Amino acid sequence: MAWYVLRRVLQMIPVFFGATFLVYFLVFSMPGDPIAALGGNKPLSPAVQDRLRAEYNLDEPFIVQYLLYLQGLAQGDFGTTFAGRPVIDDIRRAFPVTARLALVAIVFEAVFGIIAGVISGLRKGTWIDSTLLVTSILVIAVPTFVIGFVAQFVFGVKLGLVTINVGANVTWMNLLLPGMVLGAVSFAYVLRLTRTQITETMTADHVRTATAKGLSRPRVITVHILRNSLIPVVTFLGVDLGQLMGGAIVTEGIFNIPGLGFNLFDAIQRGESTKMVSMVTLLVIIFIISNLLIDLLYALLDPRIRYDARK
Amino acid sequence: MTHASETGGATTRRGQTHFVAPVDETPLQAVDALNTDVKPRSLWSQAWRDLRRNPMFIISAVLIAVVVAVAALPQLFSDLDPYAPGACQLSNSYGDPSPGHPFGFDQQGCDVYSRVIYGARPSVIVGVVTTLGVFLLGGLIGALAGWFGGWIDAILSRVTDVFFAIPLILAAIVVGQLFALNALTLAMILVLFGWTAIARIARGSVMSVMNSEFITASKALGASSSQNLFRHVVPNAVAPVIVTAMVNLGMYIVLEATLSFLGVGLPESTISWGADISNAQTGLYTRPELLFYPSGALAITILSFIMLGDAVRDALDPKTKKR
Repeated sequence: MAWYVLRRVLQMIPVFFGATFLVYFLVFSMPGDPIAALGGNKPLSPAVQDRLRAEYNLDEPFIVQYLLYLQGLAQGDFGTTFAGRPVIDDIRRAFPVTARLALVAIVFEAVFGIIAGVISGLRKGTWIDSTLLVTSILVIAVPTFVIGFVAQFVFGVKLGLVTINVGANVTWMNLLLPGMVLGAVSFAYVLRLTRTQITETMTADHVRTATAKGLSRPRVITVHILRNSLIPVVTFLGVDLGQLMGGAIVTEGIFNIPGLGFNLFDAIQRGESTKMVSMVTLLVIIFIISNLLIDLLYALLDPRIRYDARK
Repeated sequence: MTHASETGGATTRRGQTHFVAPVDETPLQAVDALNTDVKPRSLWSQAWRDLRRNPMFIISAVLIAVVVAVAALPQLFSDLDPYAPGACQLSNSYGDPSPGHPFGFDQQGCDVYSRVIYGARPSVIVGVVTTLGVFLLGGLIGALAGWFGGWIDAILSRVTDVFFAIPLILAAIVVGQLFALNALTLAMILVLFGWTAIARIARGSVMSVMNSEFITASKALGASSSQNLFRHVVPNAVAPVIVTAMVNLGMYIVLEATLSFLGVGLPESTISWGADISNAQTGLYTRPELLFYPSGALAITILSFIMLGDAVRDALDPKTKKR
């Protein structure tokens, strides 16, 4: 196990450098000159522009810029926006908001997705199974932003139950609907995945044995079917957590939530390269770490999987 | 073996006659004989037979045929050309449905029905081209990693991880700023950053096929490695890759709509469902039905591709096959 953890952590290193380099390269090859744009209609004098370029290392060759950026990152410095504010300030404000939103989404999709999937799988072929399946396909087929608008319209405007414009009031209550919208598509995937797994496990030999030796049905379901069925579901949820943070761009835009996605989209439109790079880097780090944790969780959930370096 | 030695061995006791079992049983060869006149059905012909009987496949195939026809020849389905100059008259703004304009008019006074019809093309192009692209690129990289193994696999897998770690929507937004986008360039960008999931599945699939006994047998019979690759590994490993690519097709269409919705996708001059949904948002509280038409068309398209993928998976997977 220790060998496995070490190997996985070592594998993370090239992925981290590769991904950050790629992001850095893409962002800094974007068109437009952010320094020249700073002055707006009144161009800054060439001397000021040169000084600013030197300050942001923009006069260095690309690879040096990247290394300097990494050096800063290693010291916890996420860089400075072209407006002169440290990016870490923005991250500190935006990150908890998105983390909260993603948490609501994950809890929603995990709880409701698994419950619906288990019901559907155990009652395969009944009307409740068909209803849940059709619902899940519909949720997948309708894009998140349409679901968001409809939810806003129905629950916010018609029924007046929720705030449609969250703004600065980032309370759990206000994040409830946006979180559910964000997790809607994954809810459908969790439902379908759980259903497939349950129906496959139900016909397994060990379940028949458990029933034959006289265990009660609740015990067979919880201990013998669920535990074995949920392993791929947990993997899916882990990968999804990393993707939800990035996918929050749309949901945060619709509900006006000042999180990472909102900030990131704003940065992309303003050409704030440093802010863009830092936020995407943060998302990449979260994604890599959550993938690692899921791989390790695998070993705990499934006793058949043993990570041994020696073969 | 043991049975024969017990009965036919030196177990005869004194005074007993040696018993010899009659040998007029059916010869084993006859039991095991195969009817070689019947042509064996391949996985694909079996799957095709299953598919033709699956109502879900027929419905989705018909829907897809309609959507593709609309995308290819929109002028057959709408008399109005929304791209024509003067197609939108502000005097018609939020006009009610009238003869020739079954869905009414949007805020800019454009005929909604013809825009829904003409909006099919970019969605279908992005969906189909991206799916083909990720299938080829991801399939190739994954198959190479699985086939060669060793350090080639290690390098290709790390490259896959790198691209996998960058969320597709973010990559598409950032790279989209570098080019003048049209449906084809957008599809290329999605291929460039979206091939990783397919590559992982292709790699796993190739590896599991290579571990199977019939490959060992074919090697033992002296098949060359290229014969093995093209005759045995590729046809057997390709099914899960095709299925995943098909199910993902809907996701690419959603992504195109999302980018257009965010205003960073196709240029405004291109009519697309995502952009129209975005425009309908401004009048959502007074004219919610304007949101319904483009998103309904989008949902039906995605739905039919998901259903098609599901049906193909069921037909190709012997485990879920109904008996």
